[in-house]
Amino acid sequence: MKYLVIAAGILSTTAAIAEVPELTVYTYDSFVSDWGPGPAVEEAFEEICGCDLKLVGAGDGAALLARVKLEGARSDADVVLGLDTNLTAAAKATGLFAAHSVTADYALPVAWADTSFVPYDWGYFSFVHNADAAAPSNFKELAASDMKIVIQDPRSSTPGLGLLMWVKAAYGDAAPAIWADLSDNIVTVTKGWSEAYGLFLEGEADMVLSYTTSPAYHLIAEEDASKAAAVFDEGHYMQVEVAGKLAASDQPELADQFLSFMVSDAFQTIIPTTNWMYPAVTPAAGLPSGFETLVQPGKSLLLSEDEAASVRDVALDEWLTALSQ
Amino acid sequence: MADRAQPVSPRLGIGAAVLVAALIFGTLAAVALRAEAGRGLGSSDWAALRFTLIQACLSAGLSVALAIPVARALARRRFVGRRVLIALLGAPFILPVIVAILGLLQVFGRAGWFSSGLAVLGLEPVQIYGLHGVVLAHVFFNLPLATRLLLQGWQEIPAERFRLAAQLDADARAIRQLLEIPMLRRVVPGALAVVFAICLSSFAVALTLGGGPRATTIELAIYQAFRFDFDLGRAALLSGLQLVLTGAAALVAVKVAVGEGFGTGLDRPLQRWDGNTVAARILDGFWIVLAAGFLLLPLSAIVLAGLPGMASLTVSVWMAALNSVLVAALSTVLLLLLALPMASAVALGRGGMIEVAGILGLAASPLVIGTGLFIVIYPIADPFALALPVTALVNAVMALPFALRILVPRARVVVGRYGRLALSLDMRGWPFVWRVLLPRMRPQIGFAAGLAAALSMGDLGVIALFADPEFATLPLQVYRLMGAYRMEAAAGAALLLLTLSMAAFWILDRGGRWHAEA
Repeated sequence: MKYLVIAAGILSTTAAIAEVPELTVYTYDSFVSDWGPGPAVEEAFEEICGCDLKLVGAGDGAALLARVKLEGARSDADVVLGLDTNLTAAAKATGLFAAHSVTADYALPVAWADTSFVPYDWGYFSFVHNADAAAPSNFKELAASDMKIVIQDPRSSTPGLGLLMWVKAAYGDAAPAIWADLSDNIVTVTKGWSEAYGLFLEGEADMVLSYTTSPAYHLIAEEDASKAAAVFDEGHYMQVEVAGKLAASDQPELADQFLSFMVSDAFQTIIPTTNWMYPAVTPAAGLPSGFETLVQPGKSLLLSEDEAASVRDVALDEWLTALSQ
Repeated sequence: MADRAQPVSPRLGIGAAVLVAALIFGTLAAVALRAEAGRGLGSSDWAALRFTLIQACLSAGLSVALAIPVARALARRRFVGRRVLIALLGAPFILPVIVAILGLLQVFGRAGWFSSGLAVLGLEPVQIYGLHGVVLAHVFFNLPLATRLLLQGWQEIPAERFRLAAQLDADARAIRQLLEIPMLRRVVPGALAVVFAICLSSFAVALTLGGGPRATTIELAIYQAFRFDFDLGRAALLSGLQLVLTGAAALVAVKVAVGEGFGTGLDRPLQRWDGNTVAARILDGFWIVLAAGFLLLPLSAIVLAGLPGMASLTVSVWMAALNSVLVAALSTVLLLLLALPMASAVALGRGGMIEVAGILGLAASPLVIGTGLFIVIYPIADPFALALPVTALVNAVMALPFALRILVPRARVVVGRYGRLALSLDMRGWPFVWRVLLPRMRPQIGFAAGLAAALSMGDLGVIALFADPEFATLPLQVYRLMGAYRMEAAAGAALLLLTLSMAAFWILDRGGRWHAEA
């Protein structure tokens, strides 16, 4: 009898929980980690939504898209957070995403008019180096120097793909020649960002492909000013990270509420010192101190999602060919 | 089928093999069936195949060639700390790849200890990237495994054989001819096949140390097909190719491995009179010191890097550690349930296909298995809810090839020597297993279980597809920490992982040898 009572108790608690609507957001792994934005975002959103926000980590940006494609319309996910503009064309082509009606006063260096995806943060790709070392000021100078760099594989990581787009956006048809000249500077190519950054910190290379905001982490969280990002005069390719609502969501209102929340002050103030990117909407209190020390590229490069989708395979082939020599 | 009386039935083993094959081919088929028309294999895929084969052959050859003198030295010598050393030698094998690579780089990298030493002498730093870097890392990972497999072979030569050899005044050379070379002929092909298969599906090592697109492996091509192109058909095709290659290697190994065992002994303490000469001592000492230095220096680097971060480990890291321990425990149990019947079935002469089924676990891409399982499970259950058992099962299948290599030779010996006796006593089935087979295989079971637990602890394969925020394993947590720039905490968590894996291995392996001579 006693067991039955306990079982009934458990069942009724789960039933009580089930009455609170659940919003499932698929995102990348580092977003949900203890030091990522996840825990703070969850707390802030649950305060206002009367719901249970479930953040699910699924690898990196590209893995997210693969996961959503795999699950199709039956996915449990209501929102996907963590794609970038190099992936949004492919994401739209799946027909799985719904339009949004979020508007905001974006602090992006480019105009934003996408009706399917809402940006939540952005950053410039950049080569990070030790502050005491002189850095080259463009790809040609880098290629001519004997600086050693670590980059990520575009086939398995979003920064790697971003670099591919960067060179393509800056040099167009001359990109293969740039890669050929760069090939003797590349110490190695890694699967993802973590491996590359780890190698750089171990002293295996002079520079690593990361973001202009990476030194802010060392400065603010570690009080270490020894890292700097190199400014290239060709301009810097941007990564705009976005989220979208799935058309098949069983919580469409909550999903809309989340997207609106995402560009609100509560969410945006969390981003700079957890995701170490620029917030998509500048918070009322401004950027945290330390961000003013970051370098500012003279020029922002960003291929439109259609351009990005159409040059992706060509650029990859050029990259593979140049580096296989 | 059962035309000959046997003390145990091979049915369970055949069933287990069918189960394993069904899991591997079933998931592959699930992925293939879900695929839309893709672009098929391109020239870059064939280049990947070529590179994969070259590095796998080199890595396997070198690992096993170096393991022979090291294993012989360890088999001949008894010294303080020998057990600790042998357990430690298992460590590289079970670390998350990136952690092990960072440890290797601390020693052999551009800014590493070795290069710094060279710089003092005015020499250029060593260059670790490229094909030789890949092979170096693979030898680091696999030399310990090959050494343990060969050491197992030496330990299966009964002490009485060496005693007899000594009575007949056989010198080291004669012992080599009479005992060691026949043993190696039996054990080496299997070890080669296992290491070859491991290196065949290598991905992160080749990518990180290979230096770029030249060093693309099939596994990366599979990854690309999934993540970059979402071309499931191509992923399935490549995975099938990898399975065929490994299957072929396994078949060759099974056919090439010849020779009978050495019969049974009375489990007396082993004495090696042939190793008493000064020359033999120096030679053995040289190999042991060399292997220990090569394997332990990078491990020390990991320990040194991790110690500062150990103090600041958070609850989530400990939770992840707990999950990893649970997965490892479940995985070990599943492994033994699969491996023991399969090993006895092989010992009963139903070898061939069962052994091949066992080794396929190595060749199957975790990404394909994971995705295949996802496709299969998704319509009927919540994949998140099954994260733990699914991860444990896949890890068990991945560890199966190692377990079989460890268990099969011993099971053969036991069945061969005691089978007829047992039959004449009308001792069959469970009593035979319980009273004869299991007690005599205890050290091997312990070793296999230890390896499975440690491997499972360090695995980062399938979990990524099934993980939800409440369920991270320790290796996944290490990656998440790195992704959030917490390099020190990541190093601390990696050290915790190393410690847990070593502890799991040590406890199980040692447990198998309790009151038994190693």
